[in-house]
Amino acid sequence: MTETVIHPAIDNRPAAFTQAEIGWTPWLQPLSEDDLTDRHWAGLVDASRSKSPYFMLLARDPEILEARTKTDKDIFYNTKAGLPRAERELSAAAASRFNGCIFCASVHSRFASHHSKRTGDVQRLLDDGTDADLGSRRWNAVTKVSVALTETPSTFGETDIEHLRSEGLDDLEIADVIHGAAFFNWANRLMLSLGEPTPAA
Amino acid sequence: MTLPTADVIDHLADIRPGSFVDRVRAERPETRANAQKSYLALFEPAQEGDVSRTERFIVAAFVTGLHGADAVEEFYAAGIGGNASLIAALKSEIEAGRTSGPYGKYPSGPLSSEDKPGPVFTVSDPGQKILGHKLSAALEHAHLLVYRPREASPEALQALLNAGWTTTAVVTLSQIVAFLAFQVRVVTGLAALSAAGEGTLASATAAE
Repeated sequence: MTETVIHPAIDNRPAAFTQAEIGWTPWLQPLSEDDLTDRHWAGLVDASRSKSPYFMLLARDPEILEARTKTDKDIFYNTKAGLPRAERELSAAAASRFNGCIFCASVHSRFASHHSKRTGDVQRLLDDGTDADLGSRRWNAVTKVSVALTETPSTFGETDIEHLRSEGLDDLEIADVIHGAAFFNWANRLMLSLGEPTPAA
Repeated sequence: MTLPTADVIDHLADIRPGSFVDRVRAERPETRANAQKSYLALFEPAQEGDVSRTERFIVAAFVTGLHGADAVEEFYAAGIGGNASLIAALKSEIEAGRTSGPYGKYPSGPLSSEDKPGPVFTVSDPGQKILGHKLSAALEHAHLLVYRPREASPEALQALLNAGWTTTAVVTLSQIVAFLAFQVRVVTGLAALSAAGEGTLASATAAE
């Protein structure tokens, strides 16, 4: 039997980029806690994620969810050397702004502001887009190369590596920018296509 | 005989053991291991579930072909198996589908001024005959995800369900397309770093 999607009824759908804590609702039926086997719990990685409709939808294929989540955590939260947290979040926010993921951009612009205390610079990325002057050559460089990598086909190349080096990034920091922007090309496509943002509570 | 699959990103970006990019990757062992586990979960799954192995590789060759990542496309096309007419049909759909993204419409409102129109891909009639309705629907959705993800909709998912994919299969297909958008970019980025030659690595001296 053919299954059917969910058409959520949402008042005041978010239609602009924001740093506010907006929500997300799925277009396909997530699993319920009663459906979960050990395999699904392993896929969720953190048991608390069973409260998230996004992760409970992705838990339908638990092996890829588990590997995705562990990749995500290491790229953004492994702070052993490498790029400062704020700039990892900036690479994520820039990719999300460029692809047009209002939900992802809200989360990662908020995190970039939190770690940098540069809320105004981050807001300019949201309001004016990825060509905006974000207040420092280094932030402009991280944003520009994240966009080059996000384009399809990607236009990222050796000149982007040189650009980051001219702003003082070492090779691990450059790899962190690459992984931060690349990961959000994964996340944006799931968030944009399996559901939609809901207004801040 | 099946050999353990070597690290696919190293293979595709031609990262040699002991090279400086290899050492940079070694600083993030969980990222490296789980990018590989992601590949294995999608392309060598313990259970095929609702998407067959061949279907997975066909979608992957299409997605990486749309990205213009020729070596990556070849890698996934090699996983399809020896159906020459199917591979020829797939190549022809890739050629027809190639464009530049991201583009598409935003929800109507303040972002409408940033709307960027672009093509909506449909598989050709000869392609449909060879690939079938179900796979054709998957490729059309993959094209949407690759180039105009901001235009995704419940209707686009319903088209997949109507073509015979289950809800769980739609999750797997979405993960395949989205993961490859990541993998292709890591390969592109690390290959560029490798080509640029070794710079500095502060952590090697500062962190240990």
